[in-house]
Amino acid sequence: MNGNIENYKPGEHPDLPPPKNLVGPVAWIRDNLLSSPTNVILTILSVWLLIEVIPPVVEWAFLDAIYTGEDRNECRARGDGACWAFISERFLLFTYGFYPEPERWRVNLSFILLIIAVIPVLYDRVPLRKPGLYFTALFPFIAAYLLVGGDFLGWNLPHVPTEKFGGFMLTLVVGITGIAFSLPLGILLALGRQSRLTIIRVFCVSFIEFIRGVPLITLLFVASTMLSYFLPPGTNFDLLLRVLIMVTLFASGYMAEVIRGGLQAIPKGQTEAADSMGLKYWQSMRLIVLPQALKISIPGIVNTFIGLYKDTTLVIVIGLLDPLGIGRASLSDTKWTGLSNEVYLFVAIFFFISCFAMSRYSLYLERKLETGHKR
Amino acid sequence: MNTETQISSKASPEMAIEITNMHKWYGQFHVLKNINLKVAQGERIVICGPSGSGKSTVIRCINRLEEHQEGSIVVDGVELTNDLKNIETIRSEVGMVFQHFNLFPHLTVVENCVLAPIWVRKMPRKEAEEIAMKFLDRVKIPEQAHKFPGQLSGGQQQRVAIARSLCMSPRIMLFDEPTSALDPEMIKEVLEVMIELAREGMTMLCVTHEMGFAKTVADRVIFMDEGEIIEENNPADFFDNPKHDRTKLFLSQILDH
Repeated sequence: MNGNIENYKPGEHPDLPPPKNLVGPVAWIRDNLLSSPTNVILTILSVWLLIEVIPPVVEWAFLDAIYTGEDRNECRARGDGACWAFISERFLLFTYGFYPEPERWRVNLSFILLIIAVIPVLYDRVPLRKPGLYFTALFPFIAAYLLVGGDFLGWNLPHVPTEKFGGFMLTLVVGITGIAFSLPLGILLALGRQSRLTIIRVFCVSFIEFIRGVPLITLLFVASTMLSYFLPPGTNFDLLLRVLIMVTLFASGYMAEVIRGGLQAIPKGQTEAADSMGLKYWQSMRLIVLPQALKISIPGIVNTFIGLYKDTTLVIVIGLLDPLGIGRASLSDTKWTGLSNEVYLFVAIFFFISCFAMSRYSLYLERKLETGHKR
Repeated sequence: MNTETQISSKASPEMAIEITNMHKWYGQFHVLKNINLKVAQGERIVICGPSGSGKSTVIRCINRLEEHQEGSIVVDGVELTNDLKNIETIRSEVGMVFQHFNLFPHLTVVENCVLAPIWVRKMPRKEAEEIAMKFLDRVKIPEQAHKFPGQLSGGQQQRVAIARSLCMSPRIMLFDEPTSALDPEMIKEVLEVMIELAREGMTMLCVTHEMGFAKTVADRVIFMDEGEIIEENNPADFFDNPKHDRTKLFLSQILDH
């Protein structure tokens, strides 16, 4: 190549294509898989490991698996793969918990409404976004009524006590409530922690430090037992509601610290510029500081969301039946003994799909909000 | 439109800025000592001095980015006190340009410009955008309106910052070392915009080391050192016959290289 490069006058040099060995699949393999002796060894080891692991897993989970059957013995008789028959028999239990069967349409409807409510929040180029956001704001109340039921302005849905909630539905209720309310609460706490008003600052710092210093399980036990000592006798404060409040407060403490990190990364000049133009405190926070701080904090925020979502499985310790709890209860059924692999793998896949989706969305959001000021 | 008539109908006091016996401390440290400064409407003032002399602090006190502890500051007939309303009124009428531009990186150039008119002046977006385009045109970068600040050069960013301030139709402009963070090539394009602004009669207070700019447009040059105003004179006398030894030393240092 070197010999072919012609001489051009200054200012007339055209943009030439790069040398062939700089781009393309061959170059990629060379750069990423075979760049050094260590890399070559690692590549060979990885390929060997994949060959060892993938075929047996595929065989067990798909090829030899049994999808329908009456009980464990039938599965065993027909092959030694996974016994998915167990999962398919308990699938509805895993999904709805003990929510009464004739009322399950309400859970389904809530789920569909949830998707409608979430879309305008996640994507900003959808039709009818503005009215969509109003619906999003109303959604928690609509969903609460749909799921719990009772009398409301002449509507009458049969009451379903929250002890009947369970399975994935319970995970979604706790997880999404926690996610939706911990973010705004966390923002307020983070701003409060930086407030010039001492009382607000001290309150926020104490709250955050308390939450971070106590395990979630402790808070859940407090929610399930101790709270009733403090409440006036005779008040019946729903257990699930107490759990929702505790989980939200817990996540908001972590959220506040993540957002504080973002706030500290915003140069002081940004607020000074906003102040110098006459913007009020809340305007400069909402329009200037928070959009930038939250953008920087996206990885941390989503990290907290994912942590919170998986921590919902802890409600098992106070007797609520999340998917893991349902799985454990099912395993004690004598018809289906010894199928813990299938159960835990199934629950793990459910959590993985949810969390992986959140993680991918956060990457998408980061890319979308990139405006080229990071140089 | 409403706000504009309100501003022009208000009797404009003779003095744009009156600083009287002003002192400021950072904790134990006495940064500003007995500052007295009167700026008439339409006057252009350049403040210079060694770093740490308190020149930026003075102009940052004028729009309350810094608080003073003693003495008084009256801007356009309104005294700066702890009254938030007064502070907001003054800030909306005093534009400020910073050394590091301080553009909002998450907003496009035109969004940077319309933000304050829309939220502070309650101007309809369309009108605000028209005004923004007018000023972007004046600082000669209308074609960059829909880019993000991170995609512009330093000089372009500083011109956007000037346009952004002008969109609030301020009566006074404060410049805090507007060219100190720029490459030599870009200093000129920013100074040109500032000189043009001075010709149009804007009241300007400018902290700068650009002595050429001071000679061209300043009505008065103020020299500060260690928190005090040491010397104050018209540019010709200031540069040719500095009275104070400290001023002579400073001028010899910045003019000799």
